[in-house]
Amino acid sequence: MSPASRGDGPRVALFATCFNDTMWPGTPKATVRLLERLGCRVEFPLQQTCCGQMLTNTGYAAEAVPLVRRFVEVFGDYDHVVAPSGSCVGSVREQHPMIAKDDAVLSSRVAEVAPRVLELSEFLVDVLGVTDVGAYFPHRVTYHPTCHSLRMIRVADRPLQLLRAVRGIDLVELAGAEECCGFGGTFAMKNADVSIAMGSDKARNVLDTGAEVLVAGDNSCLAHIGGILGRQRSGVRTMHLAEILASTEEHPA
Amino acid sequence: MSPDPAHDRTVGRGAGQAAYPPVQVTSPTFVGMPKFPKAARAELANAQQRRNLRHATHTIRDKRAHVVAEVDDWEALRVKGADAKDEALTHLADYLERLEESLTANGAVVHWARDAAEANRIVVDIVRAKEVDEVVKVKSMVTQEIELNEALEAAGVSAWETDLAELIVQLGHDRPSHILVPAIHRNRKEIRDIFLREMGAVGRPAPDDLTDDPARLAEAARLHLREKFLRAKVGISGANFAVADSGTLVVVESEGNGRMCLTLPETLISVVGIEKVLPTWDDLTTMLQLLPRSSTGERMNPYTTMWTGVHEGDGPQEVHVVLLDNGRSHVLADRVGRQALRCIRCSACLNVCPVYERTGGHAYGSVYPGPIGAVLNPQLRGTTSDIDRSLPYASSLCGACFDACPVRINIPELLVELRGKVVEESGPTPESTAMKAAAWVLSDPRRLATAQKAATIAGRLAGGRTIRSVPGLGAWTNARDLPTPPRETFRQWWVREHGNEDA
Ligand code: SF4
Repeated sequence: MSPASRGDGPRVALFATCFNDTMWPGTPKATVRLLERLGCRVEFPLQQTCCGQMLTNTGYAAEAVPLVRRFVEVFGDYDHVVAPSGSCVGSVREQHPMIAKDDAVLSSRVAEVAPRVLELSEFLVDVLGVTDVGAYFPHRVTYHPTCHSLRMIRVADRPLQLLRAVRGIDLVELAGAEECCGFGGTFAMKNADVSIAMGSDKARNVLDTGAEVLVAGDNSCLAHIGGILGRQRSGVRTMHLAEILASTEEHPA
Repeated sequence: MSPDPAHDRTVGRGAGQAAYPPVQVTSPTFVGMPKFPKAARAELANAQQRRNLRHATHTIRDKRAHVVAEVDDWEALRVKGADAKDEALTHLADYLERLEESLTANGAVVHWARDAAEANRIVVDIVRAKEVDEVVKVKSMVTQEIELNEALEAAGVSAWETDLAELIVQLGHDRPSHILVPAIHRNRKEIRDIFLREMGAVGRPAPDDLTDDPARLAEAARLHLREKFLRAKVGISGANFAVADSGTLVVVESEGNGRMCLTLPETLISVVGIEKVLPTWDDLTTMLQLLPRSSTGERMNPYTTMWTGVHEGDGPQEVHVVLLDNGRSHVLADRVGRQALRCIRCSACLNVCPVYERTGGHAYGSVYPGPIGAVLNPQLRGTTSDIDRSLPYASSLCGACFDACPVRINIPELLVELRGKVVEESGPTPESTAMKAAAWVLSDPRRLATAQKAATIAGRLAGGRTIRSVPGLGAWTNARDLPTPPRETFRQWWVREHGNEDA
């Protein structure tokens, strides 16, 4: 057993996702802080690696099979697996069944495990049944619903419900919010020009809101939009939803 | 997996086909097209086109959303539409035979064409036999696919496009860039200039004082086309649907010009892709709710023309139907991929696509642009050319197309499948080496932790500074800063805080 944290709420496995683990550790840390604050016992199974999305979406689904196998092994014992990434949750729920389809045993394991993997806002609203998580964040914020959160796993307005309940927040609507930012994984490199054209439009809409902070449920999309906003020296900060929800008066983000 | 027995009987029957039906031959127009990213770069720089496209796609997008929201259970309707098409596709040979029987019983002549060349030859022969030097055409994707106009021209026959947007494209010596609105990349002023410059050379000229007022433009087109309608002895069309049990062909349109072509000439030739067949008349009730809403964002389109063979003394007295394969059997043989054949060419996926909205249709190197083009072209033509290999990657996989598609074609899923096919066929490349290496690293937490160390070292070196360029990452850093790697990964932090016991 990995060392569980205090609390008498549900036992939760954190799937940090490899990108967050490597590049944005602040997001899984915030997720841990938030979930523990809400009474969950959070575990981080150290054998976890990656959902394989980048491989699958670039045409290397066969290479992703061992990752799917590892995923069901590592997370198979948990009733709740939570990840701060709509995109990686989408990969687990929508693509793992497809990748495993030629292996009957793996397929049935995936069918058991995948539905228990939830994106952070889904877990908070649907399992814990909270929208007010006791956060405090006195800034002007706009929210970009990333495509996989919106159209693949359909988190709908859960993130907005959570954000609206944050004390002190000035939440402003983003024009064209549901349009893709142009990240798209390797699309950002393979079709860099189109990707940037899309991202520039997104960045313009963000700037038009006058927000100091752009929030989303996927750091990869934020890295793309934030990379453009940064190049423009726009002074807009990008933050993951988990970080705003973890923020309190005592420990501001 | 062996293809369904269906195919052997669909088209080119008895021609001793190979077990796997062939892909279509890429037309000369698109051979040698650069890959999508390169073609797209040029299109992105066209400011006028960017504005036109943005305006047009957003307008249709909003209209569609509005009329779709009105339908009580749109989702159920989509499922019904997909089911009807799937039924037809699963038993395609049977339904095609029934269609042939119904058509023949009603006085139509049915021809089967394996590919573009065969279809063009059939049409040219019929036209030649009529001893005419011009035909009028209903807007049709399939005749563009086979480049029938070019074939007719080579045979000394002028083919006049009569759909307003298609006319604009033809007069402008241009290529269509959208399935439904082929001149979507043009604005009113450009259209006025084309009319003034070109109409006189091929018929009644535009009036000298023509303005870019839509009513004036439509009037000029009407007068220009009228003399062609009244003169033409042969009309050529496609069909949106072909109903097997009744032998009825259906054309759905907005302007009424199609109906002129379908009713006035003595001879009517319709080229119909074999995937257009619907089992029963009842299926039309579903399709005619789905198509106009998805396509033009209207509850019902203004003109729906249906004809069943020949009616004595009414309309064309000689009716030909050319049933075309041209790679469709090849797509049908792929159990996942075949859902693309459900496509009813409504263009909803184009209108919601963030990539199409910015590049327009020409970059896709085919008459089928946008998300469905990115799927259908490599399916129909194979993945041997630069353009067809690049099309499955011409998407950010945002999923807007799947949501909009009235027959529930899971375009992102198909794109990912096709990417797999491209990778498989490409053999070892620097990318495949890198991806295999990544898979090796990611399949083991220790290897991942080692690789992560490199990132944290980079993070320490950067020391909180913004990374503005990295050799080899120009595609990212040309216009975007890079996120600065942290000094410590989450995994390291967790172990530091909690120890490294694990389940
Ligand atoms: S794929 Fe679907 S949305 Fe796109 S044109 Fe075909 S039917 Fe319409």
